[in-house]
Amino acid sequence: MNVKKISELFNKELVVINMGLDSFADNLRKEEVKVLPMDWKPPAGGDKRLISLLEKLDA
Amino acid sequence: MKKILVRKNAYYDSVFLMLATKALKQRPGIKEAVVAMGTEVNLGLLKEIGLLSGEAESARPNDLVIAIEAETGEAVEEACRIAEEVLKKKSHGGGGEEDYRPVSLEGALKILPEANLVVISVPGRYAAREARQAVNKGLHVMLFSDHVSVEEEVELKEMALERGLLMMGPDCGTAILNGKPLCFANVVRGGSIGLVAASGSGLQEVSCCIDRMGGGISQAIGTGGRDLQDRRVRGRMMLMGIEALKHDPETRVIVVISKPPAEELAAKVLSKLKDTGKPCVVHFLGLKPSGTRGSMRFSGNMEEAAAMAVALSRGEEYRPLCFSLSEAEVSRVAEAEVKRMGSEQRYVRGLFAGGTLALEAMALFEEEGFRILSNVQKGPGRALHSPHCSESHAIVDLGDDVFTLGRPHPMIDPSQRDERIAKEAVDPETALVLLDVVLGYGAHEDPCGALAESVSKAKGQVAGRGGYLCVIASITGTEKDFQNMAEQKKKLESAGCLVMPSNYQASLLAVHVMRKVVSR
Repeated sequence: MNVKKISELFNKELVVINMGLDSFADNLRKEEVKVLPMDWKPPAGGDKRLISLLEKLDA
Repeated sequence: MKKILVRKNAYYDSVFLMLATKALKQRPGIKEAVVAMGTEVNLGLLKEIGLLSGEAESARPNDLVIAIEAETGEAVEEACRIAEEVLKKKSHGGGGEEDYRPVSLEGALKILPEANLVVISVPGRYAAREARQAVNKGLHVMLFSDHVSVEEEVELKEMALERGLLMMGPDCGTAILNGKPLCFANVVRGGSIGLVAASGSGLQEVSCCIDRMGGGISQAIGTGGRDLQDRRVRGRMMLMGIEALKHDPETRVIVVISKPPAEELAAKVLSKLKDTGKPCVVHFLGLKPSGTRGSMRFSGNMEEAAAMAVALSRGEEYRPLCFSLSEAEVSRVAEAEVKRMGSEQRYVRGLFAGGTLALEAMALFEEEGFRILSNVQKGPGRALHSPHCSESHAIVDLGDDVFTLGRPHPMIDPSQRDERIAKEAVDPETALVLLDVVLGYGAHEDPCGALAESVSKAKGQVAGRGGYLCVIASITGTEKDFQNMAEQKKKLESAGCLVMPSNYQASLLAVHVMRKVVSR
């Protein structure tokens, strides 16, 4: 079990991308964490058929 | 009068929308108000309440629907105007100081190439795909979203393990990395105690108790509740978290918190802990402690896990945890509470926001011979007939899915519990109400404000019938949490609540009072 990358994370400043609830990004900012909130939207307008196609493409 | 508006391609997060809906519902003259994304579930709900027509019928998951029903045309128009205003304010800088917000992970990484963690709280059906992309880009993930399948969880954790990355979750509500609280977490002192927890409110309670006892946290890793419970997940992130803490020089003591795992998995966890060579504390919820095994200690409750860890971190011998009231005081308090109760008052009603806190209370009562019914228990004689209605001795986890579908979690919006307290007060058989309050980021800004009011009202109502309602609570939080612990406590106490320093102690006091109640 290689945990080198986790050890590196423990020794660095946390730099966060926030995808979803905005309040989580706001709270991290209050703790002086560098955070970038994304403008997240359901992919393919939330169309289930298109999403499953996208997932197949991802794979 | 009804009005239904659709805003195409305007996506807002669920917590914001639920709070906006609640604010509109409270306005005068409003019969019904819904501000929600056009998902299948939401459109179904709108149809059920007769608020689905026109353009809204073909709304899609990233279209916003505002549906209002009010007594007058003016009230409808006013509510729509307010909704638009709130939404406009949110889209213009409500989310932060940056002007540009990337729509894709690739875009985000172009702006912030040094990013090392992605926090994902999008609706469950989209979450696995986003998490997969983050891991593929070499990023650690905290996956707050729930409703992710076990198969997807296994796949994501396997991918993360191969790459040496953290995959905290799905359904991981809290973590503390490098001293920074993530999602629902408290501001605790830094220190040498590392936690790996498969329980959100468990991690919060133990880390807050450690802080209160003068200890500090190095790292607190959440795994998501299924990590040790589901044989298919096989404790992948628990084992990885322990390994990470083994190699962390700041961590001198390791604490593991989980519901009891299957025997073979428990053996794996214990062997992994032994392999760290560091002193460890294990708390498997609801299991009686089996003492000390080598460098490992087993705690009987969450406060004890914290006390053991703090002692170990100081190189001191652990002295069994002291109850904050002496035996004589407990007896005096219990007697005074019970003396004022009516003869028909005989049941305990636990109303919890934290799932693990509810389980801890339940285990303690059952240990003392009380048969407790609950919405999170299964099987005849264990499960409540309806989660919405208490009977006999009952402990309810109000954070369970049955209460949170389309409504904010009770830690975010305490109003659901306020309604339940009022309901318990109507029941002439209710003797004692046991409560938890969770402070910290993510939680309501003044949880004890409204709660104190509900408690006062409930107590007044019971007193009006010549009885007395005993209310016992604990607050999971620290002095450094933004809600102001001391003030929160004062609010509850002034409403006549007995506030104990931990969930364990609150539950134990409740057990003492109930023993007196049943022996009358």
